[in-house]
Amino acid sequence: MADLEVREGVDRETIETVAGMGAYKYGWSTEIEMDYAPKGLNEDIVRLISSKNQEPEWLLEWRLAAYRRWVSLEEPHWAMLDYPAIDYQDQYYYATPKSMAVKPKSLDEVDPKLLATYKKLGIPLKEQALLAGVEDTGERKVAVDAVFDSVSVGTTFKAELAKAGVIFCSISEAVREHPELVRKYLGSVVPPSDNFFATLNSAVFSDGSFVYIPPGTRCPMELSTYFRINAENTGQFERTLIVCDKGAYVSYLEGCTAPKRDTHQLHAAVVEIVILEDAEVKYSTVQNWYPGDENGKGGIYNFVTKRADCREARAKVMWTQVETGSAITWKYPSCILRGDDSQGEFYSIAIANNAQQADTGTKMVHLGKRTKSRIVSKGISAGRAQNTYRGLVSMHPKASDSRNYTQCDSLLIGDKCGAHTVPYIEVKNASSRVEHEATTSKVDEDQLFYCRSRGMDEEEAVALVVNGFCREVLQALPMEFAMEAQNLVAISLEGSVG
Amino acid sequence: MGLIAPKAEALAARLGALTAQASLPEARARALDRVGASGLPHRRDEYWRYTDPASLVAPQAPKAAVFDPRDEAPLFDAIDRLKITFVDGVFAPDLSDDLTLAGVEISRLAAPAPWAEGAYGVLEALGQSPVARPLAALNTAFATDGVLIRVTGRAAKPVSLIYIHKSETSDAMLHHCVSLDPGAELTLLENGPAAARFNKVLEVEVADGARFHHIRAQGRDHERRAVTHIFARLGAKSLFKSFTLSANGILTRNEAVITFAGDEARAHVAGAAMGDGAFHHDDTVFITHGAVACESRQVFKKVLKHGAVGVFQGKILVKPGAQKTDGYQISQSLLLDEDSQFLAKPELEIYADDVKCSHGSTSGAIDETALYYLRSRGVPKRRAQSLLVLAFLADSIAEIEDEAIAEDIRARLESWLERHED
Repeated sequence: MADLEVREGVDRETIETVAGMGAYKYGWSTEIEMDYAPKGLNEDIVRLISSKNQEPEWLLEWRLAAYRRWVSLEEPHWAMLDYPAIDYQDQYYYATPKSMAVKPKSLDEVDPKLLATYKKLGIPLKEQALLAGVEDTGERKVAVDAVFDSVSVGTTFKAELAKAGVIFCSISEAVREHPELVRKYLGSVVPPSDNFFATLNSAVFSDGSFVYIPPGTRCPMELSTYFRINAENTGQFERTLIVCDKGAYVSYLEGCTAPKRDTHQLHAAVVEIVILEDAEVKYSTVQNWYPGDENGKGGIYNFVTKRADCREARAKVMWTQVETGSAITWKYPSCILRGDDSQGEFYSIAIANNAQQADTGTKMVHLGKRTKSRIVSKGISAGRAQNTYRGLVSMHPKASDSRNYTQCDSLLIGDKCGAHTVPYIEVKNASSRVEHEATTSKVDEDQLFYCRSRGMDEEEAVALVVNGFCREVLQALPMEFAMEAQNLVAISLEGSVG
Repeated sequence: MGLIAPKAEALAARLGALTAQASLPEARARALDRVGASGLPHRRDEYWRYTDPASLVAPQAPKAAVFDPRDEAPLFDAIDRLKITFVDGVFAPDLSDDLTLAGVEISRLAAPAPWAEGAYGVLEALGQSPVARPLAALNTAFATDGVLIRVTGRAAKPVSLIYIHKSETSDAMLHHCVSLDPGAELTLLENGPAAARFNKVLEVEVADGARFHHIRAQGRDHERRAVTHIFARLGAKSLFKSFTLSANGILTRNEAVITFAGDEARAHVAGAAMGDGAFHHDDTVFITHGAVACESRQVFKKVLKHGAVGVFQGKILVKPGAQKTDGYQISQSLLLDEDSQFLAKPELEIYADDVKCSHGSTSGAIDETALYYLRSRGVPKRRAQSLLVLAFLADSIAEIEDEAIAEDIRARLESWLERHED
């Protein structure tokens, strides 16, 4: 950072703050005894993961078919990401705390070290509690499924949710307890053959969350999964399946962090959402995996396939993501708008600082009549980071009278970073309207000057301007996440004006 | 790295149907190496995602019926210009003026002036990175003719290239080079369908303070195929403006590759395309900002009906250090019925922070409210539709600075709309 040119209106102090950054809050690790599967990937590892989860034969076969396909696939390189080749044999595909060998019956039996980990992360594993940092209003509750490396540690509020007919548990538990639902929907949105990383996930997914909301039910509380990677050289391959039956509603939150490590760690998750008639799902993510240090050492490689299928009429999905972490982000939460009058929304803030690289966006596939989609993407690049919005809006011939609006804005902070926009727009009928707008600019000097003239320091001024830039997306987040996200935006960019 | 077998076979088949040319042998040999390295384009190539190049790379040109030009007023007829005519890609001296013009030196590729040694294929070669453009390199290697225009001052009148299509099976390959000295100025006009299949490259070197205006109309023959490339490099404070009107044509791919090499230059590329029925029109633009405080504009409009397909791939690349860049790109299509398609990939790739870059892309039908308003004022429905289409295209035509030329283009558009009211 010493070579950073000092621009007009930026004081030396700001530059020094940047230099002193790297304050990743969740970079500590938990010392805990772990069970590992042997390093590397082969059919035996797939069988081992399946047997650890006590899976039925059909699922083992499903995994093996995915593995055999994966072996024949090549890793895709079309994204604007530059990273050294990943050695897929130099990873652990299964790691679980020893204390989880026999699954605890309730949270009270869980290893206190694990509970302490989540407490330190601000994730309450006690019922009645809320995500840290949010004032208790007495009304709001959040149920949490906590995933630690390859295993779900526990899920809160299960009993209360069960009263409403809501199933919320780890996917491994769902395979055992609700095989008919899992078998019906698993792979129905993201088939095992979907793409290299989804195929890998299909072969080796270890845990993740399962949600089923019965017809006409409004889920009585927000559901949340918190993913923590702890073990070294271990990939996390979680799989989330959400089924929202006719007329139901759920808001789902996802958070993730990892310790600071010098080596890169692989994360390849799949999220599938099935939304039936008149149902609605809100899926919010604050992705804060360890981004690596300022020189790009360490950090998570995040290759994620997320897709929602609005399978029936008037189904609605809203993706909101705040992507601040990971060394590499490759992620395109998508909406298949199959049902007539279904709706998809995508709100995204992607922040890349230091040596981070993000290639993220969405796909809106309009198949049904009168379907609507809206994309609001805010990309912020600082340091030497590269940030790419990549998206597809596709209006199929039968999707008459449909509508899309896309707004992608990029903000550049400093002259060593890059901001890119790669939208694909495919319109195959005339009655649909598609509008796409994209802008790229730097932090407005006038706005900064105004804030500073009101007595704010450079830091506060930038945070305020950037938060203003992101406002549309921040407003789309549930309250629990909005505050965390707002703070994260400020922290991720602390002092990066240059 | 060698080509995979299918690519090598396709290339060998194409090369087998071509004849080696005598002029500028070294430049042509280097171009052939470039084609050999990249192979010919294929549908699976990302850069050809929306346009199938099969008929452009096939050894023989598919047949294209010849349209009788007499039922339409000739273009640019009222404009005083120096005419150079090619019939099916062959220079026609009896239909051309004497190649002398104050402020300009003109020679033909078949007998090139010495300066062409240092110009022919140079910008095309630079334009092969970061994306290969094999059909342009193939053109450099095998073009049969073209003009080499050196502009030393202000050209006394526009140079007009006229392309006549006479044979149903003609397969033409022309390559032109234009070099403008500092402060020079030229308007280049191009019109006509040229051939059943036409591969054309235009290289334009615009030195500091020079100004280049380019207006072309790609002929009306329904079955013609064309792949064209413009490669331009701009010096400081220079101006480059190019407008293309495309009406009909079963397949057209127009690429423009523009690089800012000097500060404070301006480049505007615009296009109006109208297609009815079997029409596939692809504008692919790549603008590289490699200098400070340059301005680029891309304004592309397409009117599509009866299954016509419009493609726009536009990219603005801002290199590190190209501060104060002002880049803008708009691609819009008006779909007049349910069958038509618009496929767009408007890209920004930006490595400098003090820039103002934006793009917009829209697609939709005619605004019913506007139509209703015009009809309520007594304008017949068809006339009202034509008016709205003309209004939609207006921004792209506004990029033509010469009012007489713009008027000619407008008249062309109106007559097309009259013929295609149903």
